[in-house]
Amino acid sequence: MYHYTDFDRDFLAERNAQFRAQVERRLDGSLTEDEFKPLRLMNGIYLQLHAYMLRVAIPYGTLASGQMRTLAVLAEKWDKGYGHFTTRQNIQYNWPRLVDIPDMLDTLGEVGMHAIQTSGNTIRNVTADHFAGAAKDEIADPRPVAELLRQWSTDHPEFQFLPRKFKIAVTGSPNDRAVTRSHDIGLVMKEQDGEIGFEVIIGGGLGRTPMIGKTVRDFVPKADLLPYCEAIVSVYNRLGRRDNKYKARLKITVHENGIEEMRQRIEDRFAQLKPLFSGVDQVMLAGIEAQFALPAFTSNAPAPILDPVLQSFVDTNVTAHKRDDHAIVTISLKKHGETPGDATADQMRLMADLADAHAYGELRISHEQNVILPHVRRDALPVLFAALRSAGLGTANIGLASDIIACPGMDYCALATARSIPVAQEIAKRIDALRIEHEVGALKIKISGCINACGHHHVGHIGILGLDRAGVENYQITLGGDATETAAIGERAGPGFAYDQVVPAIERLILAYLDLRAGDEETFIDAFRRLGPAPFKAALYPQENQDAA
Amino acid sequence: MPIVTDAGFAPDDLNARFSPSDDLPANGPLSIDVASDADLTPVLARLEEATAIRVAFPSSADGRGFTIARQLRRAGYTGRLRAEGHVIADQYAMARRSGFDEVEISDDLAARQPEDQWLARADWQAHDYQSRLGRRRDTKSAAASA
Ligand code: SF4
Repeated sequence: MYHYTDFDRDFLAERNAQFRAQVERRLDGSLTEDEFKPLRLMNGIYLQLHAYMLRVAIPYGTLASGQMRTLAVLAEKWDKGYGHFTTRQNIQYNWPRLVDIPDMLDTLGEVGMHAIQTSGNTIRNVTADHFAGAAKDEIADPRPVAELLRQWSTDHPEFQFLPRKFKIAVTGSPNDRAVTRSHDIGLVMKEQDGEIGFEVIIGGGLGRTPMIGKTVRDFVPKADLLPYCEAIVSVYNRLGRRDNKYKARLKITVHENGIEEMRQRIEDRFAQLKPLFSGVDQVMLAGIEAQFALPAFTSNAPAPILDPVLQSFVDTNVTAHKRDDHAIVTISLKKHGETPGDATADQMRLMADLADAHAYGELRISHEQNVILPHVRRDALPVLFAALRSAGLGTANIGLASDIIACPGMDYCALATARSIPVAQEIAKRIDALRIEHEVGALKIKISGCINACGHHHVGHIGILGLDRAGVENYQITLGGDATETAAIGERAGPGFAYDQVVPAIERLILAYLDLRAGDEETFIDAFRRLGPAPFKAALYPQENQDAA
Repeated sequence: MPIVTDAGFAPDDLNARFSPSDDLPANGPLSIDVASDADLTPVLARLEEATAIRVAFPSSADGRGFTIARQLRRAGYTGRLRAEGHVIADQYAMARRSGFDEVEISDDLAARQPEDQWLARADWQAHDYQSRLGRRRDTKSAAASA
C-alpha cells in the first residue's frame, strides 16, 4: 500500500489549515456563499437535506486496518455511530456540524486520509478495480497508476474549476469491475509488445443522459498517461459547455463535437504537453509500484469445508485469488432489510481487526458498496466467517438479487425525487422471504432516487429510478443494463410504478425469469438477451396484457 | 483597481489601453483583453506584438482562464500576463502556477479580501504536486523540446 511521504503529509496539513481558514472567512464575510461553495465542495463537504455531509476519499478503494479504525472514530465522535460507503469508493458521514469538519479532516490527515476533490467541478477521487492486486485475471495492479493520477490531479491549478465534475476509473483486468465505460476517463490496462499501457475511453457517464464511453486511443503507453490525461481535461476545460449544467459533462462535449474532432484536439494538445513532463513522474511511479508489493504470504493447508452454511458463504462471497491458498472475501453490507452500504463503528472496527488477523491488514471498498478482504488465507475462512456472522456481517448474497446498489435518495439527498433505500430494503426482505435468492443467482439490481443516477440504475440488469410525478413517488424500471466490459444502458420497460407497487413488480419480474430461463445456468441478463424485453414486460404489466387480449 | 502580486497589493503601473482580442488595432504594440470564451487564434497570430495580455474571469467558478494562460505561455508569450475580474484569494496560487504574473481585482473584492488573505497564498511554489511530478512550467521552449 502507498505510504504518505513528508510531502503528502505537509500538503495535507497545509490544505486542512487553508480550509479551516476558509470556514472562518466565510463566517466573517470575506467569502460570499457563492465563493465558498466550490471551496467546500472541493474539500468534500455537501449541504444535504438535513445537515452537512462529509465525503471522505478512499483512493482506489484501498484502506489499511488503521485507517478503517479512524473511519470508525469519525462515525462515533462526529456522526451517529455509522458511515455510508458509496458507489465511488468513498465514505459519507451524514450528520457532522460544519464547525467540526476541520477537526474531522485533521483526524483523517493523521492516517493519510482526506476529503479532497470528492465533490465539486474537479477531478474526483480516482477509482479502481476493488480486486486490484489480488485478482487472478489481472495484467498488473492498477493502483500505482491510480495513485499517480491522484497526485497529479490533486490541487491541479488548471482543473479546479472545470465545467462539471470529472471522474476517472482504472482497471488492470480485462474483466471490468471498475465500470470504466461510464466514467469521463476510463483506463483499461493492456499489454502490447511487452509494454504496459492503457486503452483510453472518454465521455462515459450516467445521469440524465447516460452514455457508454468511446475509445479515444487504443493504446497509450504508461509513460504517456499523465500528459495524455492532462490533454483530455485541458481540451474539455475550454470546450465543455458552461451555459447549462445538464450539458456540461465531457460526455456531452464528446457527443456534440464527435469523437473524431475530440481525438484530433486531444492529440494536438498531447503533442504540446508531452515535452513538459520531464519523466520524473515515471521515477515516482516506480517508487509507488514498489510500495504496492504483495504481502509476504503465509498459509497452512485448508481443511475441507463441511458446514453447509459456510459453504454457501464461500460460494457467493469468495472469489479466486492469484494464489490458490488464498481467497478474496467480500463482506456484504447488504444484510436483508439493512441500508445498503452502511456500517456501524463497531462493524468497521471488527473488519479492521479481522483484516489484521487474517488478511495482512488490508481492506477494500467496492463500488457495489461492500467491504473486501483482498488477501485471506484459505485455512482462515471458517474462523473469519464465524466472526463476521456474529457481527451481522455474514450475509451470503454477493452478486445476488439482494446485493443492491442504492443511492441515499430522499432519506438524505437534497436532490432526490423519491426514496431509494427503503425500496432496496423491501426488495431484499421480500427476496429473502421467498427463499429464491440462490436459485435466481447472479442479478444486479440498482436504484437511484433521481435522474442523477448515483445508484447506477442505467447499468443494472434491473434498474429502478425514483421520480416525482405531481408530488407522488413513481418508479421507472429499466431492463438489460450492464456495467462490465460488455457495458450497456438498460431500456425503459414502460410506465412507472407507485411506491407500494414497485416491490411486487420486481417480484413478478424475478419469478418470470425463473419460468423463462433455459436452465439453471442461464442468468437473468443472458435470458433477457436471448428473449428480448417482451416476456419480461408481460410480467411487469399483466393487466395490460389482459386488456389487450 | 489593485494589482496583486507575490508582494501584495499595488496600483496598476501598466499604463495600457487594452483592446478586445476580436478587434485588435492594425499596429502594435498590443495590450489585449481576452474573454474566457474567446477564440485564441487572432491572439496567437500576433503574440510577438503583444506586451500585455489580460484574461477575464467573469466568475470565480469559471476556470477557463487557467487553461488560456497556459496555452498562451506554451505558444511563446513571455510578456505581462494578468488575470482580471472575479478571481478570489483562494485562486491566487492556481493563477500563478498557470502562468499568470498578477491578478487585477475590484476595489470591492480588495476590501472584502484584504492583502493578508492574498499574501497567505504567495508561497504558491510550495506544496505543488505538479512540480514534484516533474511537470515543467508552460513555456515555448519546454513545449517544443520533444
Ligand atoms: S441519484 Fe439523485 S437522489 Fe440519489 S444520491 Fe444522486 S442526486 Fe441524490
